[in-house]
Amino acid sequence: MGDEKQVPQSESTALDRRAFFVKLGLGSLSVAAAGTAVFSYQFLSPNVLFEPSPIINAGKPEGYPLDSVTLDVNSGIYLIHSNEGFFSIGAVCTHLGCLTAWKPELGIIACPCHGSKFRRNGEKIEGPAPRPLPWYRVWLSEEGDLMVDRSTTIRAMQFLRV
Amino acid sequence: MVTSANYFDQLRKSRVWRSIFRSGTGASTLHRSLVIQQDVFLHLFPTKVRSRMLNIGVTWYLGTLTFGAFVILVSTGILLMLYYHPSVPQAYSDTKDLQFVVTSGLFLRNLHRWSAHAMVFLVFAHMFRVFYRGAYRAPREFNWIIGVILLLITLLLSYTGYLLPWDQLAFWAITVGSNIASAVPVVGNRIHFLLLGGNFVNANALLRFYVLHCMILPLAAIFFIAIHFWRIRKDGGLYTHSSQAPPISESSATKEAR
Repeated sequence: MGDEKQVPQSESTALDRRAFFVKLGLGSLSVAAAGTAVFSYQFLSPNVLFEPSPIINAGKPEGYPLDSVTLDVNSGIYLIHSNEGFFSIGAVCTHLGCLTAWKPELGIIACPCHGSKFRRNGEKIEGPAPRPLPWYRVWLSEEGDLMVDRSTTIRAMQFLRV
Repeated sequence: MVTSANYFDQLRKSRVWRSIFRSGTGASTLHRSLVIQQDVFLHLFPTKVRSRMLNIGVTWYLGTLTFGAFVILVSTGILLMLYYHPSVPQAYSDTKDLQFVVTSGLFLRNLHRWSAHAMVFLVFAHMFRVFYRGAYRAPREFNWIIGVILLLITLLLSYTGYLLPWDQLAFWAITVGSNIASAVPVVGNRIHFLLLGGNFVNANALLRFYVLHCMILPLAAIFFIAIHFWRIRKDGGLYTHSSQAPPISESSATKEAR
């Protein structure tokens, strides 16, 4: 034993048994910890959501008189029949997700939570909302119903003429 | 004549008592210290406290009162859990049943609610007291950090408890609050999704907030409260501004000497 200690070792390259096993142990622990983190993240993200479909059947166009703004509280959209045609914009405020309301006497969309105001075409009048209200894709189904896809935003000012 | 005092002495000398409490039967200072030191709960606290430290002016008992509010919240919360189902069809009506149908339900729910408000107030008052009296200074810096963690846990407990009545106030408060998490750069939307277990405040969000409120956050609070109390002893007991100048840590003392 005493003799072994006197054997000179090149300190930079030599990896003695203990250092090797310490590295191996710490290495496998880090791999296991990283794996656990990935599995935990995947476990916490639900794979199946029981949320309503993003596509909404808004009924017949005749149900929306000219120059009307209709709020669908359950799906959080406005369906608007303007002179240019039909369009749909999101009713959920782009600030912190409150449901906005159409104020017919003022002709604006207003958020009750923090006072954001929007024009009827979704344009922002004043904050704190950072973005205008999004325009959603609108089309007529084969049965002649107005359909809105909340998951597809389109450029503003694209109207559906019926 | 058998007084209650020597009846208690007899009890303390009994074999059963001695098998439970190892600290002996004497009334000396040593034995009184051992009672504290050898108890799993009491050993978190100092064995000796100067009597003037117990004057109300020293601490205003704010930390103790905060802990008292926490104990009330845990005990009333456990009782409320017996009548509350964290599910979308039942949560709101269970809350109303607690108000109008369950015996003492109104009392317990109000006690839980008011204690929650009191605890937030007391935590802030406690921290102001510690801050303005300079009790956060060395060697107590780390206990201040633990205190900040406990403040965050208190606020998170308030926030998660807010959703559970499942009324309009709860729904919109959590909608707004969870959207604030979306403002985090890059991963904001992922945090929002994980917190709610979906894209909207829904059944998954209710269940997640329930588990956080009744299990994860209270356990975290108990864990950090234990460290917080133990650190008071380790850092040299309660701090009072009327005592001598605060002890200077060795590192800063040597720096000044140089």
